[in-house]
Amino acid sequence: MYSYDQYDTQLVNERVAQFRDQVQRRLDGRLSEEEFRPLRLLNGLYLQLHAYMLRVAVPYGTLSSAQLRMLAQIARRYDRGYGHFTTRQNIQYNWTKLEDAPDILADLASVEMHAIQTSGNTIRNTTSDPYAGVAAEELEDPRVYCEIIRQWSTLHPEFTFLPRKFKIAVTASPNDRAAVKVHDIGIAIRKNAEGETGFEILVGGGLGRTPMVGKTIRDFLPKEHLLSYLEAILRVYNLNGRRDNKYKARIKILVHDLGTDAFREQVDAEWENLRGKGPELPPAEMERIRAFFAPPEYEKPGSNHQDYIEKLRTNAGFAEWVRANVVEHKQNGYAIVNISLKPEGGIPGDATAVQMDSVADLAEKYSMAEIRVTHQQNLVLPNVRQADLFVMWEELRNQGLATNNIGLISDIIACPGLDYCGLATARSIPVAQRISTRFADLKRQHDLGELQLKISGCINACGHHHVGHIGILGVDRNNEEYYQITLGGRADENAAIGKIIGRAFSSDDVVDAVETVVNTYVDQRQDDERFIDTYERIGPKPFKEALYDAA
Amino acid sequence: MTLLKGGTPIEDSWVHLDDETAAPAGAAITVSFARWQAESEALKASGVTLGVRLTGDDAAEEITDDLNALQLVVIAFPAFTDGRGYSIARILRERYGYEGEVRATGNILRDQASLMTRCGFDAFDLAAHTDVADWLEGLKDITLEYQPAADRRRSVPQIRHA
Ligand code: SF4
Repeated sequence: MYSYDQYDTQLVNERVAQFRDQVQRRLDGRLSEEEFRPLRLLNGLYLQLHAYMLRVAVPYGTLSSAQLRMLAQIARRYDRGYGHFTTRQNIQYNWTKLEDAPDILADLASVEMHAIQTSGNTIRNTTSDPYAGVAAEELEDPRVYCEIIRQWSTLHPEFTFLPRKFKIAVTASPNDRAAVKVHDIGIAIRKNAEGETGFEILVGGGLGRTPMVGKTIRDFLPKEHLLSYLEAILRVYNLNGRRDNKYKARIKILVHDLGTDAFREQVDAEWENLRGKGPELPPAEMERIRAFFAPPEYEKPGSNHQDYIEKLRTNAGFAEWVRANVVEHKQNGYAIVNISLKPEGGIPGDATAVQMDSVADLAEKYSMAEIRVTHQQNLVLPNVRQADLFVMWEELRNQGLATNNIGLISDIIACPGLDYCGLATARSIPVAQRISTRFADLKRQHDLGELQLKISGCINACGHHHVGHIGILGVDRNNEEYYQITLGGRADENAAIGKIIGRAFSSDDVVDAVETVVNTYVDQRQDDERFIDTYERIGPKPFKEALYDAA
Repeated sequence: MTLLKGGTPIEDSWVHLDDETAAPAGAAITVSFARWQAESEALKASGVTLGVRLTGDDAAEEITDDLNALQLVVIAFPAFTDGRGYSIARILRERYGYEGEVRATGNILRDQASLMTRCGFDAFDLAAHTDVADWLEGLKDITLEYQPAADRRRSVPQIRHA
């Protein structure tokens, strides 16, 4: 993975000192809250319902064991002993104090981490495929370009006060696990007819009030032009995005209002002036960054490999966990291991300091000291020898980290909702917990197969309900929490926005309604069809009838 | 108001005209973008020293043919969150090679000064109560940058591969 040189270190340290000074000026009254707000937001510090929340960037979801241990230590020292992993591969601490924030940032800087631009109307943490670098089917490691974008976007002088926040995701795999079609800019690494790799560039995807799937504005951008092209897109957006209405300020509205072709023309006109100039990286710099992501030395499968095969055959619990949570690795003899942060009845994405420490230890022992954070709010150990899987599974079980529900109905994405968030109209976490408890039977979950359920506590859609196979949106009806269900959304390479199935359900009824939807699928499915395939084949009608006609 | 140019507080010697008042002889004047569009030929012929005031709403591209005639471009920030001026300044400096004064006015924060400098602003209209020494300190917070910009300082990638 990338490691800082003296310049990266100096810049992050200067930033910590700058923020320490800003906090000091706030505490002694030289800055009003109004003046301080944009400064703290540029350092990831939000004022939530009950406390300050600090969002720490995990660049493209990659962590070392040392970094994860520091995250655990921060949870213990400055928070209540846990942290919350988000859909954008970051971690949030919900109970921090303003006066501690500079020390937290200094602790982060000591392990080459920061909270720069994790909020505010600026370019946010660039996200990627959690299996980057190890996925069997990927073209190349997308994190090279994520790191290039991280540096370019960090304290960018021109794009720190955009009309609205700006999110970029990069994938290099035909199976899109980074949701590039629902980002402001999605970058998909592709091969052209000549066999060279370059970028397909999508713009204007996003969720929130007006969900949209991104549009391709360039089929194949040569690699050396990545930064000039991004700068052109951002400049067109910065100058022309709407600033009069925050709900219309995202780039998706600009692209939609102008039309994709007109938007592309404006970007191309801007690009003419930038291509091959200023922002373009020297080739040597691209190579320098690429070298950090060179594949590690893999071992050949040894003689103990047979034990693994044997354990798979003889231990049903282990085999089930492998089936649900372990993914094929590009290297023979290795595996990608998902660690679910969605135990039965738990809070999706929460991890205690103890759990973080043990995952850091496990990664050190079995996964070349590397961990990934996923968009699904789980963790991944990307480089585990198959021969080590069984012992590792036993250790995970001891820590309560072996829930084998990856991709299943209880692997729920949920936003913090009314338990923490000042914008919420309803709670999300308790609904997630109740659904997870209702479907606790793992046999049943495995029988239901892949099913993505996503919950947002308000229309801002941080829980990505629009792209859940089953989406749940909290709404307010006469001061009561109600929940609207959408069906048929997906965030993968065939991204689609789910459709509202009908009137909303009360908090008491929403779990039953989910179960009705699920039972309808079971009645209607053919062969091995997944929920989303059945839905796409039969449409909403049978679900609607089951939900509303009986009443 | 305090005008800060090149790091030093100075008197503003410019007269900022509204759209009706005639240009006083011998003065250095700025006019709004609208007035510039209507009267640029006459103004250029009048021999006074000229500047234009822009807001983010104005089509800044339309003054680029006249940049030789302009000693000052004032860019307004109606709110500190309105980031359009940063792009406008860079376009003037980097694309059109404009070398006159680019002045930021309106709601600008101390902690924005270094970003603005990097985008090509070299003068700032500060609110009356601003502590100038403190403001200048703010310019020194961050000494490195990943991106080349209008200030032509060497970026980190350039330093790495010098
Ligand atoms: S979706 Fe709404 S409630 Fe949930 S975190 Fe986002 S803003 Fe808060």
